Amino acid sequence: MTQTKWLAAAAAVALIGFSGSYAQAQTLNQVQDRDALRCGVNVGLAGFSIADDQGNWTGLDVDYCRALAAAVLGDADKVEYVPLSAQARFTALQSGEVDVLSRNTTWTTTRDAGLGIHFVGVTFYDGQGFMVPADLGVESAHDLSGAEVCVQTGTTTELNLADFFRANDMDLQPVVFEGFEESLNAFFGGRCQVYTTDMSGLAAIRSVDAENPEDYVILPETISKEPLGPSVRRGDDQWFAIAKWVNYALIETEELGITSENVDELRENSDNPGVQRVLGVTGDLADLLGLENDWAYDIVSQVGNYGEIFERNVGVDTPLGLERGVNALWTDGGLMYSMPIR
Amino acid sequence: MAEQAARRGGAGPGPRESTAFLRDPRIRAIIYQVLVLGGVILLAVYLVSNTMTNLEQRSIRTGFGFLQSEAGFYIGETTLVNYAASDSYGRAFLVGISNTLRVALIGIVLATILGTIAGVARLSSNWLIAKLASIYVEVMRNVPLLLQLFFWYGLISAALPASRDAVAILPGTYLSRSGLQYPAPIAHWIHPWMLLSILVALGACYAYYRWAKQKQAQTGVEPRLFLPFVGFLLGFPVIVWLIGGAPMAVDMPELGAFRLVGGAAMSPEFLALLLGLTFYTAGFIAEIVRAGILAVPWGQTEAASSLGLKRSFVLRLVLLPQALRIIIPPTTSQFLNLTKNSSLAVAIGYPDLVSVGNTTLNQTGQAIECISIMMACYLFFSLSISFFMNWYNKNIALVER
Ligand SMILES: N[C@@H](CCC(=O)N[C@@H](CS)C(=O)NCC(=O)O)C(=O)O
Repeated sequence: MTQTKWLAAAAAVALIGFSGSYAQAQTLNQVQDRDALRCGVNVGLAGFSIADDQGNWTGLDVDYCRALAAAVLGDADKVEYVPLSAQARFTALQSGEVDVLSRNTTWTTTRDAGLGIHFVGVTFYDGQGFMVPADLGVESAHDLSGAEVCVQTGTTTELNLADFFRANDMDLQPVVFEGFEESLNAFFGGRCQVYTTDMSGLAAIRSVDAENPEDYVILPETISKEPLGPSVRRGDDQWFAIAKWVNYALIETEELGITSENVDELRENSDNPGVQRVLGVTGDLADLLGLENDWAYDIVSQVGNYGEIFERNVGVDTPLGLERGVNALWTDGGLMYSMPIR
Repeated sequence: MAEQAARRGGAGPGPRESTAFLRDPRIRAIIYQVLVLGGVILLAVYLVSNTMTNLEQRSIRTGFGFLQSEAGFYIGETTLVNYAASDSYGRAFLVGISNTLRVALIGIVLATILGTIAGVARLSSNWLIAKLASIYVEVMRNVPLLLQLFFWYGLISAALPASRDAVAILPGTYLSRSGLQYPAPIAHWIHPWMLLSILVALGACYAYYRWAKQKQAQTGVEPRLFLPFVGFLLGFPVIVWLIGGAPMAVDMPELGAFRLVGGAAMSPEFLALLLGLTFYTAGFIAEIVRAGILAVPWGQTEAASSLGLKRSFVLRLVLLPQALRIIIPPTTSQFLNLTKNSSLAVAIGYPDLVSVGNTTLNQTGQAIECISIMMACYLFFSLSISFFMNWYNKNIALVER
């Protein structure tokens, strides 16, 4: 594992060292020539990106990849998934190994301004929490002073953890792992009494990785803001714009009531100018982005709108069982808000 | 050829002479070397400057300035260097370095002892001991170290109880999944002085040793060494401790809300890494020791025995000094291996140099800088170990007459 990471880092360094003068990378052309989108995803996080035993990927992050592929290639299945650990993800994006990174990644200043990448938007508003074995009887994160906390390195998680314990003047004994598996094994094996990561991650771990979900409780406190979203390499404004508007299209279509079920009918019959514009019946928005007219139609018909994606992967009827909460549309009191598609 | 030309040409440089020196193989060799070196330097300059411009254009941060900014993450083990999340990345690196050195140095000492014992045991005339030693050596040398680390780590977490139900192996000393927790004296101003007195005691041992050798040369009687040594090494610190008012306060591990807190601790990550490195490297050292001893001709043993030397003297005075010549150079490379192998720590979560370096790399995104720091550190460790071992080798080498 370490070896491959060093190799990846060395490869990235070599790539950056040898690549000639820096031209605008034409990612769109490359993707279309290749006829496949390379998408960096999580190695295995239920609800966000996880592969079944036939190698079919599902999840909220995966569906963003699919939507992007539908928009630029007309086929949501034309995605090559590249599973990335927390540490390898940015190097993979910087070095061009993936065209887009869609891997429960928090948007922060350092990452946006210091790593040569652009965040596209937010696909899931999250926050960090704590999980403990139920038999410890702990009820609040403020009672965790002195506990050993398992955490994965290379994440915002380990920074927020430090901030929280410092701010509250509590005693922290972190046990830091590079690998996700190792950190989970350590927690379930009793090496530490607390596990911390994004709330959505906790829900996934509790419902899928824990032998018996009832044995673990997620504490109520959310100690940070974790806006998770896709990101692209800097230096290709066109690709950045496409990636951004694919995200908006998912939200806008939900707001307009366009679903995978009714999209065909609406494209034929709707006389709502907003619907007509988004679905490419009128206007030339697609030209501006360098895409085909039915880009958003392809997204919704093959992947669905944001609400459908949410409910399918992490919603109340899934093992994760998450409420929409802040991830509801702005019209329902949430934070999901698309810039106008016009 | 150049000489001939010079002899014939005699007066002043002719046209033939100006090219003749190019045919001198020595000069040509120098020219080639200069060209190659120049090429390498040019390539390096090109790579560095190209990397810098590319990084800048992609607005990826560069430079070592980040070392001064606040790290913001905790490190699980900070035994030798004080560190808090509010300290700088530079200090975090220091913690990583000290953690690497801690496990490497202790590992080297333990592996040397264990390896020597196993190597000698393999030559034992006792069949059982010899067989057990060779099984040990074969297993250790043939199972990849990473697996051994996982084994030890898994063993600790599977076999031991949770920290709340820790088993007491000695009064106040507990073993659990949180590691080994033991009482530690509460910090007192006399402690550094006690450490210093141990150094002084070492000096005293050395002086006494010189005196004893001299005495032996003059009188033929060998003064006892063991008891005085122990006396110095224990006596000096105890006297200093008494002068300091004999502080007795001890911090005992006690049951907190989640686990045993207080006292001092060795984490399971540290223990697993130390066990893994020690047992693995000792397997190789055992073979080196065995080969070294076997390489000393049998005649030496016979000669020593016929002089009437005891068996232990034969080993200590005749065999080992000769064997050491053969043993030290390959052992040095085992020490280097152990030090470098300690970077496998990341797999089990021990915060060594690589682990802290990777964390810093991931939090700052400055891969090139962090990787160069790590490489420079390992280079420095390795060169220091080689340097020390070469010096030791020179000192211990038999003075042949
Ligand atoms: N949102 C945080 C944390 C993301 C993260 O990496 N979470 C962990 C724990 S849920 C994870 O997904 N690990 C999977 C892996 O590294 O394979 C970040 O962007 O730093």
